[in-house]
Amino acid sequence: MNQQATPLQEPGTGGVRWRFLLPLGLFAALLVVLFVGLVHSPEKNIIPSPLVGKAAPQFSIPNLVSGGTPVSSAALRGHWSLVNVWGSWCATCRDEHSTLLMIKQQGTVPIIGIDWNDTPANATNWLQQLGDPYQQVGEDPNGRVAIDWGVYAAPESFLINPQGVIVYKEVGEITPDIWREQFLSRINAAGGAAPPPATGG
Amino acid sequence: MFVELGHYALILAMLLAAAQAIFGLAGPALARERWMAAAPSAACGQFVFTALAVGVLIHAFISNDFSVRYVADNSNSALPLFYRVTALWGAHEGSILLWIFVLSAWTMAVVARLRHLPTEFGARVLGVLGVLSFGFLLFTLATSSPFARLFPTPADGASLNPLLQDPAFAVHPPVLYTGYVGFSVSFAFACAAMIEGRRDQLWARWMRPWTVMAWAFLACGIALGSWWAYYELGWGGYWSWDPVENVSFMPWLVGTALLHSLIVTEKRGLFKSWTLLLALAAFSLSLLGTFIVRAGLLISVHSFAADPTRGIFILAFLVIVVGGALLLYALRAPRMQSNAGFDLISRESFLLFNNILLVIAAAVVLAGTLAPDIAGALHLGTLSVGAPYFAPSFMVPVLPLLALLAVGIHARWKRGGLSHARRVILTTLVCALVIGLPLSLAVYGHPMPLAPVGAVLGAWIVLSSLVDPIDRIRRRLTLSASLVGMTVAHVGLGIFVLGITFVSSNSIERDVAMKPGQVAMVGDYAFRYEGVRDVTGPNFTAVRGTVTVTRHGQLVTVLHPEKRRFYVQDTEQTTAAIAPGLHRDLLASLGDDVGGGAWSLRLQYRPLIRLVWIGGVIMALGGMLAVFGRRQRGPATVPDAVPIAVARRTPA
Repeated sequence: MNQQATPLQEPGTGGVRWRFLLPLGLFAALLVVLFVGLVHSPEKNIIPSPLVGKAAPQFSIPNLVSGGTPVSSAALRGHWSLVNVWGSWCATCRDEHSTLLMIKQQGTVPIIGIDWNDTPANATNWLQQLGDPYQQVGEDPNGRVAIDWGVYAAPESFLINPQGVIVYKEVGEITPDIWREQFLSRINAAGGAAPPPATGG
Repeated sequence: MFVELGHYALILAMLLAAAQAIFGLAGPALARERWMAAAPSAACGQFVFTALAVGVLIHAFISNDFSVRYVADNSNSALPLFYRVTALWGAHEGSILLWIFVLSAWTMAVVARLRHLPTEFGARVLGVLGVLSFGFLLFTLATSSPFARLFPTPADGASLNPLLQDPAFAVHPPVLYTGYVGFSVSFAFACAAMIEGRRDQLWARWMRPWTVMAWAFLACGIALGSWWAYYELGWGGYWSWDPVENVSFMPWLVGTALLHSLIVTEKRGLFKSWTLLLALAAFSLSLLGTFIVRAGLLISVHSFAADPTRGIFILAFLVIVVGGALLLYALRAPRMQSNAGFDLISRESFLLFNNILLVIAAAVVLAGTLAPDIAGALHLGTLSVGAPYFAPSFMVPVLPLLALLAVGIHARWKRGGLSHARRVILTTLVCALVIGLPLSLAVYGHPMPLAPVGAVLGAWIVLSSLVDPIDRIRRRLTLSASLVGMTVAHVGLGIFVLGITFVSSNSIERDVAMKPGQVAMVGDYAFRYEGVRDVTGPNFTAVRGTVTVTRHGQLVTVLHPEKRRFYVQDTEQTTAAIAPGLHRDLLASLGDDVGGGAWSLRLQYRPLIRLVWIGGVIMALGGMLAVFGRRQRGPATVPDAVPIAVARRTPA
């Protein structure tokens, strides 16, 4: 009984009958739709922020460096800048960190960090371990500023033009590609970045 | 080190799945007895190592090992122990691991029942299941391992999405997946039958209990999900035609068609190719559900993953598995047909209409679910498809389906005519009219146009389903397990229809802004807002309101709606206060502080909403009764393989 099972052939029904191919055809059509949907889906993920095109919300919060001058939205005037909302508890921020260090090295824009829902000890620890890409970091332990900026998950980053207007918002990790395609392209289109002011601390 | 063990266990499980696939499929093809005998052992090994991997990940969650990235992303030391365990399936990687584990558990169940199948057929079933396991294990190892490390280790995790910190959510995914993945067994049986080109209909008999089990689990899973959405999302909706809900509903609809079609194939040898196609479709839709939800193709409240590489992988997997199976179908199914006849008015044709209408219903849901993507892909702009499309279009096939059920349940096999049952049909219809019309017109009042129709149909289905069993009891005949199961399931459906009818046409919702001491009327119920105060939970702070509900001056209940703010993720969540009751639910949820001591509140009265879930669970119960009852009566499957092998070699 363990012989090879041969499919039974009915004499006269040799070829494929077309209506039995119909499901395969429908499936192929569905796949095309799914594939196209997949290729296009990244565009769908962008939730347009109501803040884009508006002046960056005002804030003034304690500096992460104890004794440092408060970090305020005044620092965003007169040059391009990148506001990065992060926290030492945020796993994706860890991935993003190397890109931020790269941006600092290129020196195109200063990065202002908003340390969200974090303790100064954890945040300082993180910067000592991973390197510090920020010009200055403000402490937002209760999420006050983050709410004003419409942040719902870390990391989120905002590109601010010299007039203090939010030009672009990236939800999630900035990769080198995203930095080039979404951020640098916008800066260059607007005539390039003015040299950032000397770092204050 | 411990976590790496989990990773190695997954690799071993994948190799064993490959062995299971090769031995299971090549063994019968090359007539190697030892290969066939090795397939079950490989399946057992695969199960053990998959379980080990799950155990390791659970251990990482319990011990707060935030060096594991998945744990750091989805758990937190402030999270209660129970939710640290269920956080396992809180996101993509763990959900896929759960899927794999459930698949290997189903495979083990097949192994346990293997002696009821011919050796070759059983080996092929295991082989097909091995292909599926291998594909998913490769997927998880290549694109989404839950065991990836995070360095340096964060001090604490990001915590689980607060919406998912809920007992119903803790149980919902495992039950739902058990249903989804259960259709893989039907799929494997169908593939094995096609590979062998079987001309008999025994495969339908073997496939049926597995299909019914998967279908019952899926019904439970959907009901749990609906219940979860109802009280957890805070606004009293129990079904929103959300894509993630739809993708679990489509396999259920097709599965329902399949288990009816299987009856015809088993009993009369008809509809074979149709049954095979439904078995392939039910599992393909489950896979599609995974694709849609897990690849982030459709954005919805439930989905958490958006990663194109994963999508491409799943797409390739779909091409191989579903495309391969449909190709097999195109080649083999034409030869497996039989040409027995049946009259227009017979049980066969009623079940055929049942199938057609259920498939149309599934197609309606599929079209609505994919339409926004098709529109996006073709640059036709953003299209939003919601309840205004789904609810009426779904009615078109479903209302006739319900009416046909109430009539067709009295039809006999093969022989034509319903004249013998004319009296029963008319009596039950009159009784249903007597029950349904006053209920919807008088008791609940101001109905929508379809409410009386729904009420009568629901009552008619319950009554019609009870006719045959009562008749048999009166004549002191035995009731077979499948008749009991069928009756219970159909009564459940009737109850479900009644619930849906009343809750959708007689609910009352009011959005009000109230100051302490103010009263709002919702139907007969007076909701008096007493005020709010701050409370603290294990990992959240909350504003808790107090609403006293009275009816005709009598205290009914005191509701405490909450608005919670979770520390770690800093998210807010509205928790509705629900006073449940069999005949009605009362809900209050807190909106916002509108100033001056006033809060906005949503107050709701939802009649008979419990019947929706009770009906769903009764349907599932009917399925379980049919399967387990049948097993107790002795093996319904053929006890030993010899006669089957003979039967198969006899040209039909």
